[in-house]
Amino acid sequence: MSIAQAQDEIISEFSLLDGDMEMTVFYIMELGQKLPAMNENDKTEDNVVKGCQSKVWLTARLENGGIVFEADSNTAITKGLVSLLVRIFNTQKPEDILNADLYFMSKIGMERFIGTQRSNGFAAMIKQMKLYALAFKTQTELAK
Amino acid sequence: MQAFINAKHTEEIIFTRGVTESINLVASSYGRAFLNAGDEVIVSGLEHHSNIVPWQMICEERKSVLKVIPVTAVGELELDAYRKLLSNKTKVVAVNHASNSLGTINPVKEIISLAHQVGAVVLIDGAQASAHVHIDVQELDCDFYCISSHKMYGPTGTGILYGKKELLEKMPPYMGGGEMIKDVTFAKTTYNDLPYKFEAGTPNIGDVIALNEAINFINNLGKDAIAAHEHELLVYAADKLAATKGVRLIGTAKEKVSVQSFVIEGIHHFDIGQMLDTRGIAVRTGHHCTQPLMDRFGIEGTVRASFSVYNTKAEIDQLVEGVERIIKFLK
Repeated sequence: MSIAQAQDEIISEFSLLDGDMEMTVFYIMELGQKLPAMNENDKTEDNVVKGCQSKVWLTARLENGGIVFEADSNTAITKGLVSLLVRIFNTQKPEDILNADLYFMSKIGMERFIGTQRSNGFAAMIKQMKLYALAFKTQTELAK
Repeated sequence: MQAFINAKHTEEIIFTRGVTESINLVASSYGRAFLNAGDEVIVSGLEHHSNIVPWQMICEERKSVLKVIPVTAVGELELDAYRKLLSNKTKVVAVNHASNSLGTINPVKEIISLAHQVGAVVLIDGAQASAHVHIDVQELDCDFYCISSHKMYGPTGTGILYGKKELLEKMPPYMGGGEMIKDVTFAKTTYNDLPYKFEAGTPNIGDVIALNEAINFINNLGKDAIAAHEHELLVYAADKLAATKGVRLIGTAKEKVSVQSFVIEGIHHFDIGQMLDTRGIAVRTGHHCTQPLMDRFGIEGTVRASFSVYNTKAEIDQLVEGVERIIKFLK
Protein backbone atom coordinates (compact mmCIF):
# COMPACT_ATOMS: atom_id res chain seq x y z
CA MET A 1 0.00 0.00 0.00
CA SER A 2 1.37 3.42 -0.90
CA ILE A 3 1.55 6.38 1.45
CA ALA A 4 -1.33 8.01 -0.41
CA GLN A 5 -3.45 4.86 -0.26
CA ALA A 6 -2.88 4.54 3.50
CA GLN A 7 -3.99 8.15 3.95
CA ASP A 8 -7.08 7.64 1.80
CA GLU A 9 -7.99 4.62 3.89
CA ILE A 10 -7.75 6.71 7.08
CA ILE A 11 -9.80 9.51 5.53
CA SER A 12 -12.56 7.11 4.57
CA GLU A 13 -12.62 5.53 8.06
CA PHE A 14 -12.88 8.91 9.72
CA SER A 15 -15.61 10.06 7.34
CA LEU A 16 -17.87 7.41 8.93
CA LEU A 17 -17.71 9.35 12.20
CA ASP A 18 -19.52 12.20 10.50
CA GLY A 19 -17.52 14.95 12.21
CA ASP A 20 -18.62 13.99 15.74
CA MET A 21 -15.76 15.35 17.82
CA GLU A 22 -16.13 13.03 20.77
CA MET A 23 -16.45 9.93 18.60
CA THR A 24 -13.43 11.04 16.59
CA VAL A 25 -11.27 11.37 19.66
CA PHE A 26 -12.54 8.03 20.99
CA TYR A 27 -11.65 6.46 17.65
CA ILE A 28 -8.16 7.93 17.73
CA MET A 29 -7.63 6.49 21.21
CA GLU A 30 -8.93 3.13 20.01
CA LEU A 31 -6.40 3.13 17.19
CA GLY A 32 -3.70 3.90 19.75
CA GLN A 33 -4.73 0.89 21.82
CA LYS A 34 -4.18 -1.31 18.76
CA LEU A 35 -0.64 -0.06 18.21
CA PRO A 36 1.78 -3.00 18.73
CA ALA A 37 3.44 -2.76 22.14
CA MET A 38 6.85 -1.17 22.15
CA ASN A 39 9.75 -2.83 23.90
CA GLU A 40 10.05 -1.24 27.36
CA ASN A 41 13.85 -1.04 26.91
CA ASP A 42 13.34 1.26 23.95
CA LYS A 43 11.50 3.84 26.05
CA THR A 44 14.64 5.84 26.73
CA GLU A 45 15.26 9.57 26.88
CA ASP A 46 17.15 9.27 23.56
CA ASN A 47 14.03 7.94 21.85
CA VAL A 48 11.73 10.68 23.12
CA VAL A 49 10.42 12.96 20.37
CA LYS A 50 11.46 16.51 21.25
CA GLY A 51 8.75 19.12 21.06
CA CYS A 52 5.83 17.03 22.32
CA GLN A 53 4.17 18.01 25.59
CA SER A 54 3.18 14.41 26.17
CA LYS A 55 5.90 11.78 26.14
CA VAL A 56 6.27 10.07 22.79
CA TRP A 57 8.89 7.41 22.13
CA LEU A 58 9.82 6.52 18.57
CA THR A 59 12.29 4.01 17.13
CA ALA A 60 13.01 3.06 13.54
CA ARG A 61 14.89 0.29 11.79
CA LEU A 62 15.47 -0.62 8.16
CA GLU A 63 14.04 -3.97 7.00
CA ASN A 64 14.12 -5.11 3.37
CA GLY A 65 14.53 -1.54 2.17
CA GLY A 66 11.57 -0.21 4.16
CA ILE A 67 11.46 1.51 7.55
CA VAL A 68 9.74 -0.15 10.49
CA PHE A 69 8.62 2.33 13.13
CA GLU A 70 7.66 1.55 16.68
CA ALA A 71 6.09 4.11 18.97
CA ASP A 72 4.35 4.63 22.27
CA SER A 73 3.09 7.54 24.37
CA ASN A 74 2.06 8.17 27.96
CA THR A 75 -1.22 9.71 26.85
CA ALA A 76 -3.93 7.83 24.97
CA ILE A 77 -4.75 10.50 22.39
CA THR A 78 -1.14 11.12 21.47
CA LYS A 79 -0.62 7.38 21.15
CA GLY A 80 -3.52 7.31 18.72
CA LEU A 81 -2.09 10.20 16.74
CA VAL A 82 1.35 8.62 16.43
CA SER A 83 -0.31 5.31 15.48
CA LEU A 84 -1.77 7.04 12.41
CA LEU A 85 1.69 8.05 11.29
CA VAL A 86 3.15 4.61 12.00
CA ARG A 87 0.37 3.08 9.92
CA ILE A 88 1.04 5.43 6.99
CA PHE A 89 4.82 5.21 7.00
CA ASN A 90 5.53 1.65 8.09
CA THR A 91 7.49 -0.46 5.56
CA GLN A 92 7.70 2.51 3.18
CA LYS A 93 11.01 3.32 1.49
CA PRO A 94 13.06 6.13 3.08
CA GLU A 95 12.85 8.16 -0.10
CA ASP A 96 9.07 7.91 -0.27
CA ILE A 97 8.74 8.99 3.37
CA LEU A 98 11.00 11.97 2.73
CA ASN A 99 8.95 13.06 -0.28
CA ALA A 100 5.58 12.25 1.26
CA ASP A 101 2.83 14.82 1.08
CA LEU A 102 0.67 14.39 4.18
CA TYR A 103 -2.82 15.61 3.44
CA PHE A 104 -4.99 13.40 5.66
CA MET A 105 -4.88 15.75 8.67
CA SER A 106 -6.96 18.51 7.12
CA LYS A 107 -9.28 15.95 5.46
CA ILE A 108 -10.18 14.39 8.81
CA GLY A 109 -10.48 17.86 10.38
CA MET A 110 -7.69 17.27 12.84
CA GLU A 111 -7.23 20.97 13.57
CA ARG A 112 -10.73 20.99 15.08
CA PHE A 113 -9.95 18.51 17.81
CA ILE A 114 -6.31 19.00 18.61
CA GLY A 115 -5.06 22.29 19.96
CA THR A 116 -1.98 24.27 18.99
CA GLN A 117 0.26 22.45 21.43
CA ARG A 118 -0.72 19.02 20.12
CA SER A 119 -0.40 20.30 16.53
CA ASN A 120 3.18 21.32 17.27
CA GLY A 121 3.80 17.95 18.87
CA PHE A 122 2.32 16.18 15.85
CA ALA A 123 4.56 18.18 13.54
CA ALA A 124 7.52 17.15 15.70
CA MET A 125 6.62 13.46 15.26
CA ILE A 126 6.47 13.85 11.48
CA LYS A 127 9.79 15.67 11.50
CA GLN A 128 11.41 12.94 13.55
CA MET A 129 10.12 10.24 11.17
CA LYS A 130 11.43 12.15 8.18
CA LEU A 131 14.80 12.58 9.92
CA TYR A 132 14.99 8.81 10.34
CA ALA A 133 14.15 8.42 6.66
CA LEU A 134 16.90 10.85 5.72
CA ALA A 135 19.41 9.03 7.90
CA PHE A 136 18.54 5.61 6.39
CA LYS A 137 18.59 7.02 2.86
CA THR A 138 22.07 8.49 3.40
CA GLN A 139 23.26 5.25 5.01
CA THR A 140 22.04 3.16 2.08
CA GLU A 141 23.59 5.46 -0.49
CA LEU A 142 26.96 5.46 1.29
CA ALA A 143 26.91 1.67 1.42
CA LYS A 144 26.52 1.41 -2.36
CA MET B 1 -8.85 49.60 44.11
CA GLN B 2 -7.95 51.26 47.38
CA ALA B 3 -11.49 50.69 48.63
CA PHE B 4 -11.61 47.18 47.16
CA ILE B 5 -8.83 46.01 49.49
CA ASN B 6 -9.35 48.69 52.16
CA ALA B 7 -5.88 50.21 51.90
CA LYS B 8 -5.22 53.21 54.15
CA HIS B 9 -3.59 55.42 51.51
CA THR B 10 -4.11 55.68 47.77
CA GLU B 11 -0.34 55.84 47.20
CA GLU B 12 -0.04 52.35 48.66
CA ILE B 13 -1.49 50.99 45.40
CA ILE B 14 1.11 50.48 42.67
CA PHE B 15 -0.04 49.38 39.25
CA THR B 16 2.00 46.54 37.79
CA ARG B 17 1.52 43.95 35.04
CA GLY B 18 0.09 41.56 37.60
CA VAL B 19 1.05 39.37 40.53
CA THR B 20 4.21 38.06 38.88
CA GLU B 21 5.61 41.55 38.44
CA SER B 22 4.43 42.59 41.91
CA ILE B 23 6.30 39.72 43.56
CA ASN B 24 9.39 40.34 41.46
CA LEU B 25 9.26 43.99 42.43
CA VAL B 26 9.22 43.21 46.15
CA ALA B 27 11.75 40.36 45.93
CA SER B 28 14.11 42.53 43.96
CA SER B 29 13.68 45.90 45.67
CA TYR B 30 13.02 44.82 49.25
CA GLY B 31 15.37 41.86 48.91
CA ARG B 32 18.34 43.88 47.68
CA ALA B 33 17.84 46.48 50.39
CA PHE B 34 17.09 44.25 53.37
CA LEU B 35 18.19 40.64 52.76
CA ASN B 36 21.67 39.65 53.86
CA ALA B 37 23.77 36.48 53.96
CA GLY B 38 22.18 33.89 56.23
CA ASP B 39 18.77 35.60 56.34
CA GLU B 40 15.79 33.41 55.62
CA VAL B 41 12.77 33.70 53.33
CA ILE B 42 9.82 31.38 53.93
CA VAL B 43 7.46 30.31 51.16
CA SER B 44 4.96 27.44 51.21
CA GLY B 45 4.60 24.18 49.35
CA LEU B 46 1.33 25.46 47.89
CA GLU B 47 2.95 28.28 45.94
CA HIS B 48 2.70 29.02 42.25
CA HIS B 49 6.11 29.18 40.55
CA SER B 50 5.77 32.96 40.46
CA ASN B 51 5.92 33.04 44.27
CA ILE B 52 8.90 30.67 44.36
CA VAL B 53 11.28 31.59 41.57
CA PRO B 54 11.68 35.36 42.34
CA TRP B 55 12.59 34.41 45.92
CA GLN B 56 15.03 31.75 44.77
CA MET B 57 16.68 34.32 42.53
CA ILE B 58 17.07 36.96 45.23
CA CYS B 59 18.15 34.38 47.84
CA GLU B 60 20.90 33.21 45.51
CA GLU B 61 22.02 36.78 44.91
CA ARG B 62 21.92 37.79 48.60
CA LYS B 63 23.21 34.42 49.93
CA SER B 64 19.97 34.05 51.85
CA VAL B 65 18.16 30.79 52.51
CA LEU B 66 14.75 29.73 51.21
CA LYS B 67 12.60 27.65 53.58
CA VAL B 68 9.34 25.88 52.73
CA ILE B 69 6.20 25.31 54.82
CA PRO B 70 5.11 21.71 54.18
CA VAL B 71 1.63 20.73 52.95
CA THR B 72 -0.66 18.10 54.52
CA ALA B 73 -2.36 15.26 52.67
CA VAL B 74 -5.57 17.28 52.26
CA GLY B 75 -3.64 20.27 50.93
CA GLU B 76 -3.42 22.53 53.97
CA LEU B 77 -0.31 24.20 55.35
CA GLU B 78 1.33 22.60 58.37
CA LEU B 79 1.18 25.51 60.77
CA ASP B 80 3.19 23.77 63.50
CA ALA B 81 6.02 23.29 61.04
CA TYR B 82 5.67 26.95 60.05
CA ARG B 83 6.02 28.04 63.69
CA LYS B 84 9.22 26.01 63.92
CA LEU B 85 10.63 27.57 60.74
CA LEU B 86 10.20 31.09 62.10
CA SER B 87 13.19 32.64 63.86
CA ASN B 88 14.97 35.95 64.12
CA LYS B 89 16.68 35.00 60.84
CA THR B 90 13.31 35.11 59.04
CA LYS B 91 13.06 38.35 57.05
CA VAL B 92 10.26 37.62 54.57
CA VAL B 93 7.28 35.25 54.49
CA ALA B 94 5.57 34.90 51.10
CA VAL B 95 2.44 32.75 50.81
CA ASN B 96 -0.72 32.73 48.76
CA HIS B 97 -4.13 33.65 50.09
CA ALA B 98 -5.68 30.81 48.08
CA SER B 99 -3.95 28.01 46.19
CA ASN B 100 -4.44 27.99 42.42
CA SER B 101 -4.02 24.22 42.13
CA LEU B 102 -6.03 23.01 45.11
CA GLY B 103 -8.15 25.98 46.12
CA THR B 104 -7.01 25.90 49.76
CA ILE B 105 -7.66 29.21 51.54
CA ASN B 106 -4.74 29.74 53.87
CA PRO B 107 -5.07 31.21 57.37
CA VAL B 108 -3.14 34.26 56.28
CA LYS B 109 -4.09 36.41 59.26
CA GLU B 110 -2.46 33.94 61.62
CA ILE B 111 0.52 33.47 59.29
CA ILE B 112 1.04 37.24 59.19
CA SER B 113 0.75 37.72 62.93
CA LEU B 114 3.24 34.90 63.64
CA ALA B 115 5.71 36.38 61.15
CA HIS B 116 5.41 39.82 62.70
CA GLN B 117 6.30 38.37 66.10
CA VAL B 118 9.80 37.60 64.72
CA GLY B 119 10.01 40.88 62.82
CA ALA B 120 9.52 39.47 59.32
CA VAL B 121 7.47 41.17 56.59
CA VAL B 122 4.74 39.23 54.81
CA LEU B 123 3.76 39.21 51.15
CA ILE B 124 0.41 37.67 50.21
CA ASP B 125 -0.16 36.43 46.67
CA GLY B 126 -3.84 37.21 46.26
CA ALA B 127 -4.20 36.11 42.63
CA GLN B 128 -6.74 33.39 43.39
CA ALA B 129 -8.49 35.22 46.22
CA SER B 130 -9.32 38.64 44.85
CA ALA B 131 -12.56 37.69 43.10
CA HIS B 132 -13.75 35.27 45.78
CA VAL B 133 -12.63 36.31 49.27
CA HIS B 134 -13.03 39.54 51.24
CA ILE B 135 -9.73 41.38 51.32
CA ASP B 136 -8.98 43.92 54.01
CA VAL B 137 -5.26 44.61 54.04
CA GLN B 138 -5.50 46.69 57.22
CA GLU B 139 -7.31 43.97 59.10
CA LEU B 140 -4.91 41.32 57.80
CA ASP B 141 -2.02 43.68 58.62
CA CYS B 142 -0.09 42.25 55.64
CA ASP B 143 2.91 44.19 54.39
CA PHE B 144 2.38 43.43 50.71
CA TYR B 145 -0.63 42.11 48.79
CA CYS B 146 -0.60 41.24 45.09
CA ILE B 147 -3.52 41.05 42.67
CA SER B 148 -3.85 40.16 38.97
CA SER B 149 -6.66 41.77 37.03
CA HIS B 150 -7.27 38.74 34.80
CA LYS B 151 -8.14 36.56 37.80
CA MET B 152 -11.02 38.87 38.66
CA TYR B 153 -12.80 39.32 35.33
CA GLY B 154 -10.47 42.14 34.24
CA PRO B 155 -8.07 42.33 31.30
CA THR B 156 -4.71 40.53 31.17
CA GLY B 157 -1.42 42.31 31.72
CA THR B 158 -2.40 44.51 34.63
CA GLY B 159 -2.70 44.21 38.38
CA ILE B 160 -1.47 45.78 41.56
CA LEU B 161 1.01 45.66 44.35
CA TYR B 162 -0.27 46.93 47.67
CA GLY B 163 2.48 47.82 50.11
CA LYS B 164 2.48 49.55 53.46
CA LYS B 165 3.50 53.15 52.89
CA GLU B 166 6.37 53.17 55.37
CA LEU B 167 7.86 50.05 53.73
CA LEU B 168 7.46 51.28 50.17
CA GLU B 169 9.12 54.54 51.14
CA LYS B 170 12.15 52.70 52.47
CA MET B 171 12.49 50.55 49.36
CA PRO B 172 14.66 51.56 46.39
CA PRO B 173 13.05 51.85 42.93
CA TYR B 174 12.72 48.64 40.93
CA MET B 175 12.83 50.10 37.44
CA GLY B 176 14.23 53.41 36.25
CA GLY B 177 12.65 55.62 33.63
CA GLY B 178 10.10 58.30 33.08
CA GLU B 179 7.50 59.28 35.69
CA MET B 180 9.46 57.71 38.57
CA ILE B 181 11.87 60.66 38.86
CA LYS B 182 11.79 64.06 40.51
CA ASP B 183 14.92 65.56 38.91
CA VAL B 184 17.42 64.05 36.53
CA THR B 185 20.90 65.36 35.90
CA PHE B 186 23.86 63.30 34.71
CA ALA B 187 25.34 63.73 38.15
CA LYS B 188 22.34 62.55 40.16
CA THR B 189 18.69 61.60 39.92
CA THR B 190 16.18 62.08 42.68
CA TYR B 191 13.08 59.92 42.78
CA ASN B 192 9.42 60.78 42.69
CA ASP B 193 6.99 60.15 45.55
CA LEU B 194 4.83 57.08 45.93
CA PRO B 195 3.32 55.47 43.97
CA TYR B 196 5.17 56.97 40.97
CA LYS B 197 8.57 55.84 42.30
CA PHE B 198 7.53 52.30 41.36
CA GLU B 199 5.63 53.10 38.18
CA ALA B 200 8.38 53.85 35.67
CA GLY B 201 7.29 54.40 32.10
CA THR B 202 3.90 55.00 30.54
CA PRO B 203 1.34 52.95 32.46
CA ASN B 204 -1.24 50.57 31.02
CA ILE B 205 -3.99 53.17 31.22
CA GLY B 206 -6.70 51.46 29.19
CA ASP B 207 -6.56 48.16 31.03
CA VAL B 208 -6.60 49.87 34.42
CA ILE B 209 -9.82 51.64 33.42
CA ALA B 210 -11.23 48.24 32.39
CA LEU B 211 -10.08 46.77 35.71
CA ASN B 212 -12.19 49.38 37.45
CA GLU B 213 -15.21 47.99 35.59
CA ALA B 214 -14.30 44.50 36.80
CA ILE B 215 -14.27 45.80 40.37
CA ASN B 216 -17.70 47.36 39.80
CA PHE B 217 -18.95 44.04 38.44
CA ILE B 218 -17.78 42.19 41.56
CA ASN B 219 -19.07 44.86 43.92
CA ASN B 220 -22.46 44.94 42.22
CA LEU B 221 -22.88 41.21 42.64
CA GLY B 222 -21.44 41.35 46.14
CA LYS B 223 -18.61 39.12 47.29
CA ASP B 224 -20.81 37.34 49.80
CA ALA B 225 -23.27 36.36 47.10
CA ILE B 226 -20.43 35.30 44.80
CA ALA B 227 -18.80 33.23 47.53
CA ALA B 228 -22.09 31.56 48.49
CA HIS B 229 -22.88 30.57 44.89
CA GLU B 230 -19.36 29.32 44.23
CA HIS B 231 -19.26 27.37 47.46
CA GLU B 232 -22.52 25.63 46.62
CA LEU B 233 -21.11 24.62 43.23
CA LEU B 234 -17.85 23.47 44.80
CA VAL B 235 -19.53 21.21 47.34
CA TYR B 236 -21.87 19.83 44.68
CA ALA B 237 -18.99 19.09 42.29
CA ALA B 238 -16.66 17.66 44.93
CA ASP B 239 -19.37 15.28 46.18
CA LYS B 240 -20.31 14.13 42.69
CA LEU B 241 -16.72 13.68 41.56
CA ALA B 242 -15.75 11.87 44.75
CA ALA B 243 -18.66 9.47 44.19
CA THR B 244 -17.42 8.67 40.69
CA LYS B 245 -15.53 5.39 40.71
CA GLY B 246 -11.89 5.86 39.72
CA VAL B 247 -11.73 9.57 40.56
CA ARG B 248 -9.34 10.76 43.26
CA LEU B 249 -9.79 14.31 44.50
CA ILE B 250 -6.60 16.29 45.05
CA GLY B 251 -7.07 19.08 47.57
CA THR B 252 -9.84 18.65 50.11
CA ALA B 253 -9.01 21.40 52.58
CA LYS B 254 -11.74 22.66 54.87
CA GLU B 255 -11.58 26.23 53.57
CA LYS B 256 -11.48 26.42 49.80
CA VAL B 257 -12.19 28.67 46.87
CA SER B 258 -14.17 26.99 44.14
CA VAL B 259 -11.67 24.86 42.26
CA GLN B 260 -11.52 21.10 42.38
CA SER B 261 -8.48 19.21 41.18
CA PHE B 262 -8.68 15.50 40.49
CA VAL B 263 -6.89 12.62 38.86
CA ILE B 264 -8.14 9.34 37.46
CA GLU B 265 -5.96 6.33 38.06
CA GLY B 266 -4.54 5.05 34.76
CA ILE B 267 -5.79 7.92 32.59
CA HIS B 268 -3.54 10.82 31.73
CA HIS B 269 -4.90 14.26 32.64
CA PHE B 270 -4.24 15.54 29.10
CA ASP B 271 -6.55 12.87 27.70
CA ILE B 272 -9.29 13.78 30.16
CA GLY B 273 -8.95 17.46 29.30
CA GLN B 274 -9.07 16.77 25.59
CA MET B 275 -12.09 14.52 25.89
CA LEU B 276 -13.96 17.09 27.96
CA ASP B 277 -13.03 19.71 25.40
CA THR B 278 -14.87 17.80 22.69
CA ARG B 279 -18.02 18.27 24.81
CA GLY B 280 -17.35 21.98 25.20
CA ILE B 281 -16.18 21.71 28.80
CA ALA B 282 -13.10 23.81 29.63
CA VAL B 283 -10.85 22.55 32.41
CA ARG B 284 -7.21 23.15 33.05
CA THR B 285 -4.80 20.21 32.92
CA GLY B 286 -1.17 19.89 33.90
CA HIS B 287 0.94 20.96 36.85
CA HIS B 288 -0.68 24.42 37.08
CA CYS B 289 2.77 26.05 37.56
CA THR B 290 3.06 24.28 40.93
CA GLN B 291 5.49 21.47 40.24
CA PRO B 292 6.73 21.16 43.85
CA LEU B 293 3.12 20.70 44.97
CA MET B 294 2.55 17.98 42.36
CA ASP B 295 5.71 16.26 43.64
CA ARG B 296 4.23 16.42 47.13
CA PHE B 297 1.26 14.38 45.94
CA GLY B 298 3.41 12.10 43.76
CA ILE B 299 1.60 13.09 40.56
CA GLU B 300 2.58 14.81 37.33
CA GLY B 301 -0.51 16.94 37.13
CA THR B 302 -4.25 17.11 37.66
CA VAL B 303 -7.45 18.05 35.91
CA ARG B 304 -8.78 21.19 37.55
CA ALA B 305 -12.36 22.30 37.23
CA SER B 306 -13.06 25.89 38.32
CA PHE B 307 -16.49 27.22 39.15
CA SER B 308 -17.47 30.82 38.90
CA VAL B 309 -20.42 33.17 39.16
CA TYR B 310 -21.69 32.17 35.72
CA ASN B 311 -21.59 28.38 36.25
CA THR B 312 -24.52 26.14 37.14
CA LYS B 313 -25.13 22.75 38.71
CA ALA B 314 -26.36 21.48 35.35
CA GLU B 315 -22.91 22.21 33.95
CA ILE B 316 -21.32 20.21 36.74
CA ASP B 317 -23.64 17.31 35.87
CA GLN B 318 -22.30 17.51 32.32
CA LEU B 319 -18.73 17.54 33.61
CA VAL B 320 -19.29 14.44 35.72
CA GLU B 321 -21.12 12.70 32.89
CA GLY B 322 -18.16 13.46 30.60
CA VAL B 323 -15.71 12.09 33.14
CA GLU B 324 -17.80 8.91 33.53
CA ARG B 325 -17.83 8.38 29.78
CA ILE B 326 -14.06 8.70 29.57
CA ILE B 327 -13.56 6.22 32.39
CA LYS B 328 -15.99 3.79 30.78
CA PHE B 329 -14.23 4.05 27.45
CA LEU B 330 -10.65 3.79 28.66
CA LYS B 331 -11.02 1.20 31.39
